[in-house]
Amino acid sequence: MSALRRHLPAVLVLGIPLAWIVLFMLLPYGILATYSFWLKKYPTFVPAFQFGNYLTLFTDPQYVLVLLRTIKISLLVCLASLLLAYPFAWFLVYRCRSAQIRTWLYMAVIAPLWISYLLRAYIWKTILGTEGVLNSFLIWAGIIETPSSIFLYNQFSMVVTLTYIFIPFMVMPIYTALEKIPANLNEASADLGLGPWRSFWRVTVPLSMPGVAAGFTLTFCLSFGDFVAPFLVGGPDGNLIANVITTQFGSALNWPLGSALSVVMLVVVLGVVSLGDRVERRSAAGGF
Amino acid sequence: MTTQTHRRASRFAADTAFATFIALLMGFLYIPIWVLIAFSFNDSSSLSWPLSGFTLDWYAKLAGNEPLLRAIRNSFYVATGATVLTLLIGVPAALALHRFDFPGKTAFRRLILLPITLPGIVTGISMLNMFKLTGLSLSLETVIIGHATALVGVVVTQVYARLQRLPPSLQEAAFDLGAGPWRSFVDITLPNIRSAIVGAGLLSFVLSFDEIPVTFFLTGRENTLPMYIYSTMRRGITPEINAVGTIIVLLSLGLIILSVLMTKRQGPGR
Repeated sequence: MSALRRHLPAVLVLGIPLAWIVLFMLLPYGILATYSFWLKKYPTFVPAFQFGNYLTLFTDPQYVLVLLRTIKISLLVCLASLLLAYPFAWFLVYRCRSAQIRTWLYMAVIAPLWISYLLRAYIWKTILGTEGVLNSFLIWAGIIETPSSIFLYNQFSMVVTLTYIFIPFMVMPIYTALEKIPANLNEASADLGLGPWRSFWRVTVPLSMPGVAAGFTLTFCLSFGDFVAPFLVGGPDGNLIANVITTQFGSALNWPLGSALSVVMLVVVLGVVSLGDRVERRSAAGGF
Repeated sequence: MTTQTHRRASRFAADTAFATFIALLMGFLYIPIWVLIAFSFNDSSSLSWPLSGFTLDWYAKLAGNEPLLRAIRNSFYVATGATVLTLLIGVPAALALHRFDFPGKTAFRRLILLPITLPGIVTGISMLNMFKLTGLSLSLETVIIGHATALVGVVVTQVYARLQRLPPSLQEAAFDLGAGPWRSFVDITLPNIRSAIVGAGLLSFVLSFDEIPVTFFLTGRENTLPMYIYSTMRRGITPEINAVGTIIVLLSLGLIILSVLMTKRQGPGR
């Protein structure tokens, strides 16, 4: 009895989260995997064990195309975020002399995370639309004469919107990684005769790789699973995997296929996360 | 002499380039938000330039919109419930990761942090499957469970980061003075991580208030605010959405300031 009393806090501290993980993560993932082998049989679906759903996903061009498109869009979003985030973070750490301005600029990039994600996607729909703010502004300014449809409902608008939404996730880890690099390393490489460009490529970039890897992982995974931005700005040819999943659980009523797609998404995310982990650890250990 | 002027000139060019870049980035991030706000006060129902005139009509319409007000109430209920749950699970999880060594600790950490990178749609669908299988009907409570699962990782990372900065001697001193684990937690650990807990709680509240992918699959007949806005958007764009959006932006701004003040007060603990 007294042993139980003594160990009760430890049991609770570990037990509560453990129970939650088992009940609301492992169990649902297991059920998800089980469903993915089931068979659609009008009007619902029946238990089965067959790989038909996965076969469909990887042979039906319709699904293969969506999968490839999702990967492409997510990579483009990562690239665009990286091109904006890296120079920004580098400027804050190395060039910004005032600590106060540094804090403000950093906050200014992170703050949009607190502003509704749905709204941030919606704003771009209102800006890029055929009769939207950008088109009417360009006509008003006399730059174009008729509304252009090149801004909305294509992959460009999706990349812009997703970059806008997820860029804080790229800035945060890169900034943290750059900040951790000891200043004397750059001085040392200058003393050894390396020019600023070479010390940037040989010292700063390799040492900031853990941050880049973490930012890439987050941005890729979040874009990969998004269905709101494609729905709002992607248009008919802009469906990503997540949109197809919602259709399978909605009007198409093919839960087994939707579950199989979710399993694929889960596997891709796990793969990217462990890849990112490996890059982070390897470059942190100096193996780069 | 000439090399020095040269260096100074190139330094100046680089600084100008950076300043331009930063200005463009800030424009990219903030002009859209000003556009959102500006059109909520515009007296035309189409969102196109130039602005035609000032009105508060869109805000007045909100006040009489019963489904919207109901959705706001639902969102407060869901976000409060989810925040309480994430703290009840997340704080012990962070403590366990910090204090204990146990078999499977790595797997435990990875699993509880997984939903941060895992798209909400996977969490939503796997839970939907489970609830359907067990015959549990969907409601705001199932949404709360989903949100708690999706957001607990946020609390764990924040509280764990704070715990790691605490000097271990504090805890040892408490034990030496005869405090049990419970006493030492309440009297020593808790006061030191309080602001991290409050900050993490605020963040989960905001994220839950704003959540769509999990809510999309787990809600029954009731709508939360983002779900209501989402379904309005399906029908088309109206400045009413801009008005709701402006209010949300202002509230978010208030919360950001609040959280900055909280972390500032903690000062030396950081």
